[in-house]
Amino acid sequence: MPFMPPSPPSSTSRRSVVAAFGAAGLASAGVPAWSQFRVEITGVGATQLPVAIARFRDEDRAGPNAAIASIVRADLERSGQFRNLDAPGAMDETTVPAMPEWRSRGADALVMGSVSRLADGRWDVRYKLWDVVKGQDLGGQSLPVVTADLRLAAHRIADAVYERLTGDKGVFATRIAYVTRVANRYTLRITDADGEGGQVALTSVEPIISPAWSPDGRELAYVSFEQQKAIVYTQDVSSGQRRPVVNYKGSNSAPAWSPDGRQLVATLSRDGVAQLYAMGRDGSNPRRLTQSSAIDTEATFTPDGRSIYFVSDRGGGPQVYRMPAAGGNPERVTFGGAYNISPSVSPDGRTLAYISRVGGGTFRLHTMDVASGNVRALTDTNDDESPSFAPNGKLIIYASRAQGRDVLMTTTLDGAIKTRLLSSGVDVREPVWGPFNR
Amino acid sequence: MPRPSQSRKIPVPLAGLLAAFAVLAGCSSPVKIADNAGAPVESRSTAPGGAAGSGGAAAQPAAQSQVTPVSVDPSAAAGAARVVYFDYDSFAVKDEYRPLVESQAKRLAANRSQRGSVEGHTDDRGGREYNLALGQKRAESVVRAMSLLGVQESQLEAVSFGKERPAVQGSDEAAWAKNRRAELKDR
Repeated sequence: MPFMPPSPPSSTSRRSVVAAFGAAGLASAGVPAWSQFRVEITGVGATQLPVAIARFRDEDRAGPNAAIASIVRADLERSGQFRNLDAPGAMDETTVPAMPEWRSRGADALVMGSVSRLADGRWDVRYKLWDVVKGQDLGGQSLPVVTADLRLAAHRIADAVYERLTGDKGVFATRIAYVTRVANRYTLRITDADGEGGQVALTSVEPIISPAWSPDGRELAYVSFEQQKAIVYTQDVSSGQRRPVVNYKGSNSAPAWSPDGRQLVATLSRDGVAQLYAMGRDGSNPRRLTQSSAIDTEATFTPDGRSIYFVSDRGGGPQVYRMPAAGGNPERVTFGGAYNISPSVSPDGRTLAYISRVGGGTFRLHTMDVASGNVRALTDTNDDESPSFAPNGKLIIYASRAQGRDVLMTTTLDGAIKTRLLSSGVDVREPVWGPFNR
Repeated sequence: MPRPSQSRKIPVPLAGLLAAFAVLAGCSSPVKIADNAGAPVESRSTAPGGAAGSGGAAAQPAAQSQVTPVSVDPSAAAGAARVVYFDYDSFAVKDEYRPLVESQAKRLAANRSQRGSVEGHTDDRGGREYNLALGQKRAESVVRAMSLLGVQESQLEAVSFGKERPAVQGSDEAAWAKNRRAELKDR
């Protein structure tokens, strides 16, 4: 629940902020420094809470990874719900701020903190959040972390501030997976939700598509063509242990985890045409779920595990359908347009995101309110692909094209606030947002 | 009909790499797939008859600044003759490819131990997974045609790369037409 009335609409209708930080830290993590986010706020009347995030005392002592305040600021900015104000002065979590001064700066909330070394070599990252309007202490935390988790600590602080001020759980400490392509080199990467702190899960000279997080956030299922055909693998992201789990004659693709993590649904062509099969998480006992002579693919479970949305061209062109998770009679869900694919369900099950072809050859991200069937176009770009909801349901990540490159975007559900993962000379595609667990 | 999983095994070089990378610290251990798995290499040396560089009749030393371009584009070396092209949104093998399909079917029917694959491809419009399924349909229709000509089902596997491996780059009808295809390959 919001603890204060929303501030007046931002006077600027379009702002652009480049949040580039921690480049040296990225280099030390063995990741090219191309990952930077650009926040583009479009549309009028975005209501944003003015916050001041002061520089954390001694944050530079922990090295370039520890630009704690910058990371928190960028996280809050990217959510579209906050507007960052300057926060000069030397303060930490023990400081009692001069409320009238911060009110005169236009701040509704203030975050201050510190970084200090613990005897065991870890870092203690502390913060406190203040309601400047009421002059009220909203609490704080101490987060002891190893050096490699300093970015994570900053994201957790951003999550705590976000949740305290909006009432919704934050997703800044979650991870995303996506595939980059440089010449003929494909790389499955896992990064923080801001695209930074990237780690490589898999590299291959053959395509990698359709990554899917297990519900516990420990494994990725994906399709790799390394054996000159589409085979579904699962990989433990922490150990790198991987194995082919779905490899029948023909193509094996589009893996989807059941919400309890015990089942996979995948698209197999072993009976001639692409159909949906359910199986154990290790690929055992595949059971055919659809019985059509058309293409059935791109299955995704509803969060309650009871239904599956999927794409079928049984009616002519590809459309989104829904059926019971155990199989059964599918009902058509999308009706506008001749080409609707790549369904993704919001965590509350109420919103369906998908890609719809508009006109001849324009593919745009749309959402549908499941109860009413109302449809909304979220973008004005031409080549959107692969939408995936953030675990709090407030953002959608998707792939698109800009300046001749595959790029990743996030958008709010009203389409007003979009963020682009910058890339130089790198095609980025197939994004999928991980669960709260990591 | 159900066929038992062919895999369950990780290639030997990969297994070694897995072990090597498992030692690495950090949250996610990277896995690298060996990139020497038969990636065709096409050299564009202009020297005739394989007399590359030395011992030529003119015996002229090569310029030190000479650069010989090397292409490792798999599609460039993949036997361009054995490709069936399809019309937009179509899976029908056109009459002009009958001779190709028949000669390949005859070759396979005559040698039951010969295995092959038919790789279906699409142009780059639309979703990756849906295109993968469309490419599979193209491959299946070529395999079906060859089965009718006496090739055993066990000799051929229809697979698909969807839009992931275009023959040519470009977003016009000329490029799309070259990418809507099925490639016949030996194994």
